[in-house]
Amino acid sequence: MSSGGDAKLFARLPFLTPCLLRPDILYTCFLMFIAFGPYASPSSLRFARTSQGKVAELRQELNSGGKKDKNYSAKKIALKKIVANMTMSNNDMVALFPDVIDCMNLPSLEIKKMCFLFLVNYSRMKPEVAMKALSILVDDMADDNPLVRALALRTISYVHVREFVEATFQPLKRLMQDSDPYVRKTAAFCVAKLYEHDKKTVENSDLIDRLNKMLKDENPTVVSSVLASLVDIWGRSESISLTIDYVSASKLVSILPDCSEWGQSYILEALMSYVPQDNAEALLLAERIAPRLSHSNSAVVLTACRVILYLMNYIAEEKHITSLCRKLSPPLVTLLSKPPEVQYLALRNAILILQKRPEVLRNDIRVFFCNYNDPIYVKVTKLELMFMLTTKDNISVVLAELREYATEIDVHFVRKAVRAIGKLAIKIESAAKQCIDTLLELVDAKIPYIVQEATVVIRNIFRKYPNQYESIISHVISNIDDLDEPEAKAAIIWIIGQYADRIENSDGLLQDYLATFHDETIEVQLALLTATVKFFIQRPTKGQQLVPQVLKWCTEETDDPDLRDRGYMYWRLLSTDPATAKQVVMGQKPPITAESEKLDPRTLEELCLNVGTLATVYLKPIHQVFRAARPRRLQPSPALQRPRIEDGTGTMLEYNPPSASMPAASTSNSGLATITTTGNPISPVNAAPPTFPVPVGSVAPGTNTSAEALSAADSYFNNIGSQQMASMDIGGRDDGVGGGGALQTQYVVTQNQQQAYQPQFAGGAATGELLLL
Amino acid sequence: MLSGILIFNQKGENLIFRAFRSDCRPRLADIFRIQVISNPQVRSPILTLGSTTFSHVKHENIYLVAVTKSNANAALVFEFLYRLIVLGKSYFGKFDEEAVKNNFVLIYELLDEILDFGYPQNTDPDTLKMYITTEGVKSAITNNPTDSSRITQQATGALSWRRSDIKYRKNEAFVDVIEDVNLLMSATGTVLRADVNGQIVMRAYLTGTPECKFGLNDRLLLDSPDASSANNRKGGTSGANKTTRAAAGSVTLEDCQFHQCVKLGRFDADRIISFVPPDGEFELMRYRATENVNLPFKVHPIVREIGTTKVEYSIAIKANYGSKLFASNVIVRIPTPLNTAKTTERTSQGRAKYEPEHNNIVWKIPRFSGQSEYVLNAEATLTSMTHQKAWSRPPINLSFSILMFTSSGLLVRYLKVFEKNNYSSVKWVRYMTRAGSYEIRYDTYTHPYPQI
Repeated sequence: MSSGGDAKLFARLPFLTPCLLRPDILYTCFLMFIAFGPYASPSSLRFARTSQGKVAELRQELNSGGKKDKNYSAKKIALKKIVANMTMSNNDMVALFPDVIDCMNLPSLEIKKMCFLFLVNYSRMKPEVAMKALSILVDDMADDNPLVRALALRTISYVHVREFVEATFQPLKRLMQDSDPYVRKTAAFCVAKLYEHDKKTVENSDLIDRLNKMLKDENPTVVSSVLASLVDIWGRSESISLTIDYVSASKLVSILPDCSEWGQSYILEALMSYVPQDNAEALLLAERIAPRLSHSNSAVVLTACRVILYLMNYIAEEKHITSLCRKLSPPLVTLLSKPPEVQYLALRNAILILQKRPEVLRNDIRVFFCNYNDPIYVKVTKLELMFMLTTKDNISVVLAELREYATEIDVHFVRKAVRAIGKLAIKIESAAKQCIDTLLELVDAKIPYIVQEATVVIRNIFRKYPNQYESIISHVISNIDDLDEPEAKAAIIWIIGQYADRIENSDGLLQDYLATFHDETIEVQLALLTATVKFFIQRPTKGQQLVPQVLKWCTEETDDPDLRDRGYMYWRLLSTDPATAKQVVMGQKPPITAESEKLDPRTLEELCLNVGTLATVYLKPIHQVFRAARPRRLQPSPALQRPRIEDGTGTMLEYNPPSASMPAASTSNSGLATITTTGNPISPVNAAPPTFPVPVGSVAPGTNTSAEALSAADSYFNNIGSQQMASMDIGGRDDGVGGGGALQTQYVVTQNQQQAYQPQFAGGAATGELLLL
Repeated sequence: MLSGILIFNQKGENLIFRAFRSDCRPRLADIFRIQVISNPQVRSPILTLGSTTFSHVKHENIYLVAVTKSNANAALVFEFLYRLIVLGKSYFGKFDEEAVKNNFVLIYELLDEILDFGYPQNTDPDTLKMYITTEGVKSAITNNPTDSSRITQQATGALSWRRSDIKYRKNEAFVDVIEDVNLLMSATGTVLRADVNGQIVMRAYLTGTPECKFGLNDRLLLDSPDASSANNRKGGTSGANKTTRAAAGSVTLEDCQFHQCVKLGRFDADRIISFVPPDGEFELMRYRATENVNLPFKVHPIVREIGTTKVEYSIAIKANYGSKLFASNVIVRIPTPLNTAKTTERTSQGRAKYEPEHNNIVWKIPRFSGQSEYVLNAEATLTSMTHQKAWSRPPINLSFSILMFTSSGLLVRYLKVFEKNNYSSVKWVRYMTRAGSYEIRYDTYTHPYPQI
């Protein structure tokens, strides 16, 4: 144990070297402040204590007061100190576990909360001591006070100890039907918590079924909590599928306004599991979700964007797509007035959405111009978006702006700006000259990293537009001495080799580099090899001294297999047939494009189903970043609009007609959405859902504007919402009442006509039953 | 969703560690400290290592960190962290290291309440303050089951932001329209970007459960009372059409975002802003306008670099608003090169001062009346430097605030309060325009040789 003197000494050392210091020493000084600060006695300030001494002192304080202490104020103060020390003191406080449990049953909610927090923190370290608290928690779950019931339930389900988990099941079933919505909402999350602790037991119990039934709850907050819980369980299971039919989805949309902002996000997230069965369904739902785009919470906005983008895959008509796209732009731009972290997220998602739906954001390029004080991660992302949105109509404005960025201080950002100018030259042919002029202007400022970056992009411009801009070669070559980065050197060497016959002193320039051949990086050596061969082919007389030397270096004096292989390749080529060698080496090169960063269609599709999530920050296939994440794919349905995919990946997602063998077992569930567990982990979601009826009773024949249909649908679902809830008792009744007007003739809403629809399957299908297996 | 919430001070000490899932291990605190706080290379607010993602925001002198596993909803994570700051400020006045250290218990209690299994729950300060209080005395009330039910109804109800038993003797509502005007002007004097970020903040002191209706001179609202079709709402209006409408006294709002209490469905259908307000102060809406932005100040900078030893400035500013109005606290920041040794300034109004720590000349004009024009002339003398690096010429930056002026031209047309007691209420409106990011770029005219 350290002495107080030591602690002070260490504490003065610069921080951030925690590995050197034992954390308990480190925190001693700090603890003094927390533990004794407000109630300091002079002696305790003078001497830092060993942790054992501190524990003993706190224990004494906790047990002091005795009977005189009517309001338990001494105990409260002691407990507060213990809680304050919990995070900092490297688990010393665990020694007080038994003493804290003794306080748990005192009639003060404040004390109880502190004890529970302690329990959650330390139960895993000392499960045998924690056991003593179990009976108290179980009793509290039957308390008269709903806040206490919820608190106890919430606490017990945080404890990752087998006995606690087992003891939760029975009370949980009762509390899921509690009279108080606050308790029910807590119970909903509790199921997901238990699932985290013990998958098997939850799957073997009827908890998930019961959770499903809670979707009929009259309280929107409870419903949204149930959905969050279900989606959470879905995400961590291989064998559970989550499907929502149209009636349920509509009902969920109609309760959105009554939910908290977080609840709205949970509902929207769950709506990703709804698979539209026809175009009109998808459109109607998208239109009804669109008002969420005006919410002040960016989670609601981005999740709403995600659902709308998803639903667009099931909408056929181009004009509806265009109108929905138009609604997405303003909210995305408005997120730019939020804190920088949210801006960043909005920008990353804009990059994504723009690839999927280029019509979004088309006219908004100026809002992405960088402010001088934007954080660097925002600036760089804005730059990317600017590049994507540049067209031949706005190129002049953009170039002027990029030129401005190229004079800023942050090197990384400046380089990106220069590179963007070069890429624009490649993207927009008619503006190439303009871009090149801007680049040359920048090069003239002679700032080394700008020159290097510009050299690289000018090389690319030469490649893209052969025989057009070679007049600037001399201008570029004049800066050759400023280049010291491998990429820039390789670029200039490529230029020398490619235009060896036009550059007067190309042999001299090449020889300068060859002099230091062995000190260069592989990238530069490879470039030198190729350039030397090109040089020889174009100017054989001068080149014949250089080539053998370089080939010898590359084949005999290198350890790099790539360099050696390329060396031998050139050697044989030149020694067999010089004419063919010329054809090969100086032949036409495959064209390059600036759009190389485009996501492949499959990744794009996957990311679009995850708008607003962390993966969109990285813009990489999700399993590359988050290996455990459960994949999402567009689900087949008759309404799914497949873009023509050239590489044939689309074929594996063809629509399978609904199979007639709907499992009869599902009849017993009449929930809005059903999760069915199954023992077969291999076939998660590949069975296609059957087409479901869309009952809309109140739509008069001949309503043909979407707005009317919209409000009619809203009022209808508001209606069935309340009726249904009123008529549902959660415990009993074997159903047929569930899915909304089951077993009657039902109607499909389309824009302008009604169709009679006969439910194909009695029972399961008719009650709006979902998928299975 | 969230696996844990951590709070650090600037030194990297872990002040708060609350795990909501068993995958949030204590050693993650060390990882964050080493990888983010003590790593100056870190530039992104999001860091993913293995399957663990740290998302952080900095506030005052603390780091608030959310730990997530798998592919979480990032927007929700950051919104939550910012909401935590709002809550902290509402409870402690200021949410900094000291506030955290003095309120460990309360913060843990709050975290337990506002996150369940890492899913954000009700985060409304007014509701939370009913049962989580700074002084422990009040929590005695919550031991009574009937009171508790009232709280739980409130926390899970459709009007989770408002208690039902609010009473005022005098019913009043104050509306503040606050606009941040952003400008980016190029060196040649063309406007690259001008827009307005507006917010409408309301302080409602109203009895019972009042239903409010709020009207603006929004073009869509004024011109198309029967515009119910979703399709013709946005498209098809030509530019010329828009200008005539603006001249007629209406504005075009590019986009609006509303507080949780506003009925979005109604707004979408007929552009009526209707809501039951929370008690006290809240941000009713935010909006964005990009057309016909009225720029309050015109700036004409002339900057001349004389050789490598001197920079001369002549900055003229003209106020573009009505002569009866005035701006207060106008501050103009004029960048100087990094190797500035000393400066001299002359101004026709206000005071100018060189701030070496920010490489700025700061020109302050406490009161700037409409239509007037002021000039600053300054000179910066430079020390010679061994290696010449180009000066990045950061833009000139303005800050100001003008009362009773909106850059967008937005006006509040009405605020109606309906309540079953039918009381009368007094409503007040105030307008203010501030500088958001008001930046003016300039070219330097170079005189290669110093004058002899």
